[in-house]
Amino acid sequence: MIKLFSVKEKAKKESAEAAVTGKKKSSAGELRIQKDISELNLAPGFSIEFPNGTDDLLHFEITLKPTEGYYTGGTFLFGFEISDNYPHDAPKVKCLTRNVFHPNIDLEGNICLNILREDWKPVLSINSVMYGLNFLFLDPNPEDPLNKDAAKMLRDNPRQFEQVVRNGIRRGW
Amino acid sequence: MSSGNNNNEVAMAQPPSRFEDVLHVLKRPGALAGDGFDADSGDDVMEMMQDSISLLVIGAGGLGCELLKDLALLGFQNMTVVDMDTIDVSNLNRQFLFRPADVGKPKAVVAAEKVNSRVQGCRVTPKHARVEELSLDFYRQFHVWVLGLDSVEARSYVNSVACSLLEYDEDGNVDPSSIKPMVDGGTEGFKGHARVIYPGMTPCFQCTLWLFPPQTKYPLCTLAETPRTAAHCIEYAHLIAWPRDRPDDEFDADNPEHMLWMFEQASSRAATFGIPGVTPQLTSGVVKNIIPAIASTNAIVASMCATEVLKIVTMCLRGMDNYTMYMGGYGVYTHVASYERDPQCIVCGAGIAIKTRADSTLASFRDALTSDSGGDGALPTDLRGKVTSPSISHGSSNLYMAHGPLEPLTRANLSKSLRELLFAEADMECERRTVTLMLNDKALAAPVRLRVTVE
Ligand SMILES: [Zn+2]
Repeated sequence: MIKLFSVKEKAKKESAEAAVTGKKKSSAGELRIQKDISELNLAPGFSIEFPNGTDDLLHFEITLKPTEGYYTGGTFLFGFEISDNYPHDAPKVKCLTRNVFHPNIDLEGNICLNILREDWKPVLSINSVMYGLNFLFLDPNPEDPLNKDAAKMLRDNPRQFEQVVRNGIRRGW
Repeated sequence: MSSGNNNNEVAMAQPPSRFEDVLHVLKRPGALAGDGFDADSGDDVMEMMQDSISLLVIGAGGLGCELLKDLALLGFQNMTVVDMDTIDVSNLNRQFLFRPADVGKPKAVVAAEKVNSRVQGCRVTPKHARVEELSLDFYRQFHVWVLGLDSVEARSYVNSVACSLLEYDEDGNVDPSSIKPMVDGGTEGFKGHARVIYPGMTPCFQCTLWLFPPQTKYPLCTLAETPRTAAHCIEYAHLIAWPRDRPDDEFDADNPEHMLWMFEQASSRAATFGIPGVTPQLTSGVVKNIIPAIASTNAIVASMCATEVLKIVTMCLRGMDNYTMYMGGYGVYTHVASYERDPQCIVCGAGIAIKTRADSTLASFRDALTSDSGGDGALPTDLRGKVTSPSISHGSSNLYMAHGPLEPLTRANLSKSLRELLFAEADMECERRTVTLMLNDKALAAPVRLRVTVE
């Protein structure tokens, strides 16, 4: 590699030249999420809010109003947290709507969705996560339960499951 | 004073310099020396190492202790060591600068004191801080940065700082005086790596992020319903039990009470499912995602790194190009790989030089980028055909998002001038400034950096 330091210049004592450093350096995660958001296609039923304004894309909330399946008519809010290491790290997503009765969501709002954990890949994007969430509400999966009771009911008594979900939606999830 | 007795004669004989061995290397020509190496000025080079070069050592843990010792004994005398941690009793087996009496004190402070007291002339300055807390001006004062870190996040951050210090000439060539060479070491059990990064010239940390596989993540439903291993029970306590039972406490892996709680939760869950193997060590290993550190791996990797620092500063040998992996688990295996830069790297790319005027509106600036006729304000021909509807950000400010939910929220910026959008009141008098903007477009696989000179 190149010679950077030489005896003659005495490795010039770095003058603290008053370079105006300007804006805080954006993290790689921030640069990538700008790309994701600039290309976001909100599928029907989805909306997005940036609670801290348009300059903080690392925290946002996505609302899903399913138009098909058991959860039609409900409104479900998800909190997204993007780390500085995104997309190396998956976004952290929680269901903020409380007490949702769903086999793959527990009562604290944790979501069992493979692409949010074991199957996350940096080529995925916020669009992919929204597809995943949409699918989870269209086709709840009793085989990978996070809420055992919901999974068991969906498997053993789908009519009753449907009723419980309907009641929940009526109560205003 | 009498000079006749034997004791005095012994004292007056010139002892060999502490750095005699380093001088042998610096004063000897050779076919493998780096560009511009001059064996005849070996003494001056030694003096430069001691007097004018200052090193930044990031991390004073297992690697950091080794690095400081190696660099000090090579003759580097001006060093600053940064570490945010305090000494834990479990560090003492390998972080050899620390003693039982130091437990609880900042690693950086104790490491600096120990090296300064053992190596005459050495002046290590401690900085007990997180890498994110230090200013660009702080980083700028050092000639070479040596990284002994254990997290991808911290490396990524330091890398982005080094890349943000780069300056370019009109043709987009990097100004060598703005390059901060980095030597990065890392260990994981019996494995390790040492690498050399010249930001802007050789692959940066981000270019080769794929070298760090994402940590293993277990499906949440496995953790919740069908745990099979001790790690599953610990991850359950960490990811599910903590937020459920202590929603108002921010979990801190360095807080002993928090770790004890985690261990107890994991143990009781393991008992429920009849799973053996949950220990406090494994709990902290899983929660902090760490693999037990091996002292000899640290020593080997640190010595590779310190040697590279010597090469970079003195050019006594051609440096490592650019990544060495070390596997010590089954015998000893090393391999040097010459990785390449990612031409689309969003952190170290030079970007495209664009000229514009402070009174242009964002809309006209944006139109000029894709203008068919080209010119100063236009993207290069290959991009002009592809980019049709660019989104533009300045740092965290999203000036205009051409698609999606932010389009209506940023549309008003199109009619504002660049002066208004990019410069604070105080800067408006400057005649000419360069700002970095990021451009996104659906047709591009990655954001493109624009180095915009505003006149
Ligand atoms: Zn890069």
